[in-house]
Amino acid sequence: MTASLIAGVARLISGATVRWVGCQPHTRQRIYFANHTSNLDFVVLWSSLPMEIRKLTRPAAAHDYWTANPLRHHIASEVFHAILIGRKKVTAHNNPIELMLKEVGSKYSLIIFPEGGRNPGPDVGQFKGGLYHLATKRPDVELIPVHIDNANRVLPKGEFLPVPIICCISFGAPIHPQEAEKKADFLVRAREAVVQLRHL
Amino acid sequence: MNFLFDREFLWLVGVVLGLLVLATLVGLSLKANTQDEAKRATITNLNARIRAWWVMCIIFGLALLMGKVGTTVLFGLISFFALREFITLTPTKRGDHRSLFWIFFIITPLQYWFVIKEWYGMFSILIPVYAFLFIPTRNAIAGDCERFLERTAKIQWGLMVCVYCVSHAPALLSLQIPGYEGQNIKLLFFFILVVQLSDVLQYVWGKYCGRRKIAPNISPSKTWEGFWGGTLSATLVGALLWWATPFDPEQAAVMAFIITLMGFAGGLTMSAIKRDRGVKDYGTLIEGHGGIMDRIDSICFAAPVFFHLTRFYFT
Repeated sequence: MTASLIAGVARLISGATVRWVGCQPHTRQRIYFANHTSNLDFVVLWSSLPMEIRKLTRPAAAHDYWTANPLRHHIASEVFHAILIGRKKVTAHNNPIELMLKEVGSKYSLIIFPEGGRNPGPDVGQFKGGLYHLATKRPDVELIPVHIDNANRVLPKGEFLPVPIICCISFGAPIHPQEAEKKADFLVRAREAVVQLRHL
Repeated sequence: MNFLFDREFLWLVGVVLGLLVLATLVGLSLKANTQDEAKRATITNLNARIRAWWVMCIIFGLALLMGKVGTTVLFGLISFFALREFITLTPTKRGDHRSLFWIFFIITPLQYWFVIKEWYGMFSILIPVYAFLFIPTRNAIAGDCERFLERTAKIQWGLMVCVYCVSHAPALLSLQIPGYEGQNIKLLFFFILVVQLSDVLQYVWGKYCGRRKIAPNISPSKTWEGFWGGTLSATLVGALLWWATPFDPEQAAVMAFIITLMGFAGGLTMSAIKRDRGVKDYGTLIEGHGGIMDRIDSICFAAPVFFHLTRFYFT
């Protein structure tokens, strides 16, 4: 109920144009990885998915931000079913990759932002290694590149009032690490897959 | 609600319904009788446009039923969504964010509030005076001077076209025309009918016999044949509808002619902006037509001129 409401409001504000360029909506397990420029990103991406897929899709979100007050914590855990990831002091004990793998199990899809933080510039930043580790540990899961355009204009970093600019979300064709492909090469290729969607 | 019992108003509604039914029948018969693949695409688009016309006419009709407030609110929403399409297409920077918030959520509603209040003085200067001075100031406070004039001008122009100009259409309802009291809804109806029919007729004439392009770099579909055919036939329709207006037939013809000329100017100008940004349509909201801005570009330019001519000569 709350989830549908939030998804509806998010779609209304972002006016999202959703384009399935390289794949079709499906309830199979997927990892959606996208560029990250705004706090709205995962709400916009998540709300652009059809409802039955949305129910099966969980975002990975920053633990420190989403537990800062009880309301945020409630929204993160009850509405988005977010997997809360600690960004600081990563050790063998709280390895976020293990946590994500455990939480998605064999049922859920995942939304991640491999740049690691919001990128203020127009270009997509370098990807961190987590995407590669997820991909090699779960080769059965499709990795879908997603480009989110304009969310940073709706709500730029540091602003709290949104402006109703139309966002465009493009879903690309799934990619997989090739045999013997190096981690750095794969991450460059994954980033390219996201960047390319902007120009399609 | 007295206009519901106004015979002339009902006739106008009848004319529109008749046109819609006719268009639907023509669309269906074209669809049934065309085999050629290339032409089928055009006809599918035509039928999508006709379906969208039904929806737009029904929404417009429901707003008219709610009277002056309902109609003004509808045009306010149209402005809001058109402005949104315009700003989305216009590159703005981080430093414009607060100005954008102001134009969407404060200036636009305020402008339409003044229309509802029939406060002509404020309605006619809020945007060209106060908003136009406020926006650069707010941008300057934000502290980013890169392409300052360009960014400010883009926001001002968006506000001018999408909000200020469009708001002159519902403002027709507040004109005090002697001998025409309480009937202004028909004047608005006449205006919208002529301006939109002119668009449709220019499209039809252009498809039918268009050859010489007016400005191929800006709008490949606009031809001199389409322009003259559409303009003159819309003028004729306007003259034939004189009974619904405060004008006599010649005056109605002149008014309709000016409306169609301004509508053409709006369509061409807004196309130039689209071409500059490298897109075909402003949006995807209305199936077959593109965005709201694609549908109202002609209203933007025609509304203020029609409003002021009527105000100057007939009140």
